[in-house]
Amino acid sequence: MDLYEYQAKELFAAHDVPTQSGEVVTVAADALAAAQRIGKTVVVKAQVKVGGRGKAGGVKLAETPEEAAEKAEAILGLDIKGHTVGKVLITEASDIEEEYYVSFLLDRANRCFLAMASVEGGVEIEEVAVNNPTALAKVLIDPLNGVDKAKAEEIVATANFPADVADQVADVLVTLWDTFVGEDATLVEVNPLVKDPSGKILALDGKVTLDENAMFRHPDQAALVDNAETDALELKATELGLNYVKLDGEVGIIGNGAGLVMSTLDVVAYAGEEFGGVKPANFLDIGGGASAEVMANGLDVILGDPDVKAVFVNVFGGITSCDAVANGIVQAIELLTSQGVAVTKPLVCRLDGNNADEGRRILDEAEHDIIELVDTMDDAARRVAELANA
Amino acid sequence: MAIYLTQDSKVLVQGMTGSEGMKHTQRMLASGTNIVAGVNPRKAGESVDVDGKQIPVFGSVAEAMTETGADVSVVFVPPAFTKAAVVEAIDAEIPLCVVITEGVPVHDTAYFFAYSQQSGKTRIIGPNCPGLISPGKSNAGIIPATISKAGRIGLVSKSGTLTYQMMYELRDLGFSTAVGIGGDPIIGTTHIDCLQAFEDDPETDAIVMIGEIGGDAEERAAAYIAENITKPVVGYVAGFTAPEGKTMGHAGAIVSGSAGTAAAKQEALEAAGVKVGKTPSATARLMRDVIEGL
Repeated sequence: MDLYEYQAKELFAAHDVPTQSGEVVTVAADALAAAQRIGKTVVVKAQVKVGGRGKAGGVKLAETPEEAAEKAEAILGLDIKGHTVGKVLITEASDIEEEYYVSFLLDRANRCFLAMASVEGGVEIEEVAVNNPTALAKVLIDPLNGVDKAKAEEIVATANFPADVADQVADVLVTLWDTFVGEDATLVEVNPLVKDPSGKILALDGKVTLDENAMFRHPDQAALVDNAETDALELKATELGLNYVKLDGEVGIIGNGAGLVMSTLDVVAYAGEEFGGVKPANFLDIGGGASAEVMANGLDVILGDPDVKAVFVNVFGGITSCDAVANGIVQAIELLTSQGVAVTKPLVCRLDGNNADEGRRILDEAEHDIIELVDTMDDAARRVAELANA
Repeated sequence: MAIYLTQDSKVLVQGMTGSEGMKHTQRMLASGTNIVAGVNPRKAGESVDVDGKQIPVFGSVAEAMTETGADVSVVFVPPAFTKAAVVEAIDAEIPLCVVITEGVPVHDTAYFFAYSQQSGKTRIIGPNCPGLISPGKSNAGIIPATISKAGRIGLVSKSGTLTYQMMYELRDLGFSTAVGIGGDPIIGTTHIDCLQAFEDDPETDAIVMIGEIGGDAEERAAAYIAENITKPVVGYVAGFTAPEGKTMGHAGAIVSGSAGTAAAKQEALEAAGVKVGKTPSATARLMRDVIEGL
C-alpha cells in the first residue's frame, strides 16, 4: 500500500525522523485557515500517489493565506498522471541550502534490503541513476543486522555526504530505518532531504510503501487506507474478500490461482486481436476453494461491471475438484437470480483437471442458456472474445 | 533420482494439527509421502490418526528429527507464526524446509532467508508456494498427485495453478520433479537453483520454466541458462496484459514503472535460446517437440 506524503511524514514524525508538520485540507477555504495558523510563507502540495507533482503544477508557494487559498483552489481537482487531486498539504516553506536523497527498500534480486543515498537530491532519482550513477550510493543491508549508527555512517561515507552534515544524516538514517522496520515498509524514501540555512537536516518530502501482509500486526495502519481513488468495483470486491483488479476491456475473467488468471488475461487478449480488439475487463482470482458463495460473489462483481459483454470462467481443478466448481457455478447463478441480479451475459466455462468430466456433466445438465462449455483454455478464450465482440 | 525430494525423504509437518495442515497431511500420505512426524508444542507426546496411520507429534522440530530422522519439513502455520517456525527448523538444521503459508510479511521472509544463508544447512522453498512433488516418490506440499505421473521433465514455476496446468497438459510424459517456488518478492529457492539441480539430475531430460511479472528473476535465470544449462529449456511467462503498479494476486507480481514486465522476461529468455510459448498449451506443445527430438 502506497501512502500519501502527509501520511508518510506522520510515520516519520512518529519514529523521530526530522520533518515538518502541516495541515491537510480538501477545500480552499480550509487552506486559508491553515496558512493563517502557520503564519509564514507556505507551500501548497497536491497529495497524489504519483511522482512528478511539481512539473505537473501540483506544488505552489504562497506568501499570504489568500494566496494559499487561490493556489489550493487551482490544485484541488487537478489531474496528475490520471490521479485526481482530492487533498492538499499546507506546510511551512523552508529555505533550502542543499538537497539530498535517502531511501531504504526491498532488494528482490539480492533477497535482502538496500540503502540508497545521494548528495544530488531533489530530482527524479531514476534520472540520477541513469545520468550519473556514481552519484547514487547503494549499500546492501543484512536483514539479520539492520542499520545501526555504524552502518548509517558507512552509507553516509559511501555517498560522500559533506562533513558538516554527515553525523546528522547518519542519525536520520537510523530513525528512517526504525520507520522501515517498525512499520513493515517495503520502501521509505526521502527526496529531498534538505539542509536549511541554519544547517539543520529535514525530510521535506516522503514516500512510504507498506506491506499489506504485515497489517495484522499494525492495527493502526488501517486508518491509513484511503479509498478515494479506488475504483468502485475494486472496493466492492475488497469488501467481499476477493482478489480483483479492474481493467479496461470487455471480457470478465474468473479463475483460480494468480498465475492462471494472469495467463487467462493474456490468452483472452491474444484471442481478442482477431475479434475487434476485445480485451480482459478484470483480474479475479477466486483462489483454490471456488465454493458457490465465492463464485457468486465473483460473478456478482463482474456482472456489475457495465463494460463486461461476456464472462470467461477458467478453472483448473487441482485441490478442488471440478464437480464442486460446477456446482458452485450453478448455485451461484441461482443465488444471484434469487437476489434479483440479472444473469444474462454469456458465460464461457472451461473446466480441466480433477473430475473435469463430472464437472462438465453438471454444467450440461443444468441447461442454462448462458453457459457454454469449451474444452481447452485457448479455444474458450477465442469463443469468449467472439461473444464479447458480437 | 529427482531433485530435493526422493522416495527416501522423511517428512515432518509443522502445523499438522491445524485444518489446512491436517487436510494436506492426508493428501500427502495418500500420494505416498513418508510422513514421520508432526510438530506442535501444545500436543507433544500425542499421536494423530491420519487415515489409519498414527503420526507422532513432537514439541520441537529438533526433537522430531532426532526421534524420526526427518529431513524435510512442510510448514502450514499461519503467517504470524511462520517466521518463528522456520527459524526453529533452521536451528534444527533440517536440510529442506517447504513454506506453504501465504501472506508472510516480507520482513519476516527476508529475516529467515538470511538466517538460513548464515546457517548454511537449510534450503527453504517458498513461502507462498504449493511445494514440490517428485511423482511416484514423494509429495511435500499441496500439489495434487493425481494430475500427472513420473517422467523425465523437470518443472519450476512461480505459480501454483500454472504448475498444475502444465503437469496436466504433459501428464502422458510425466515429471521427475515439479517445484512451485512461490510468487512472493523474496523466496528461498529460485528458478536458477532449480535449473542447476535439474541440470545435475540424471533423471531429468528437459526443463519447463514458468515465470510471471515482477522482479528480475526470469532475466537472471535467462543469463544463467545461457552460461550453465545444457539441457533444453522451454519457458512460459504470465502477465503481458497486467497494468503498471497493480499487484496481480501474488505479492511479488507487480510491474513497477518499466521494470518487471512480461515482455522483458520473454525477450531475455529467447535471447538465451529458450523457446517461450505464447499460452500454457503452446508451451506444452513446445515441450512435446523437445522430448520427441531427444
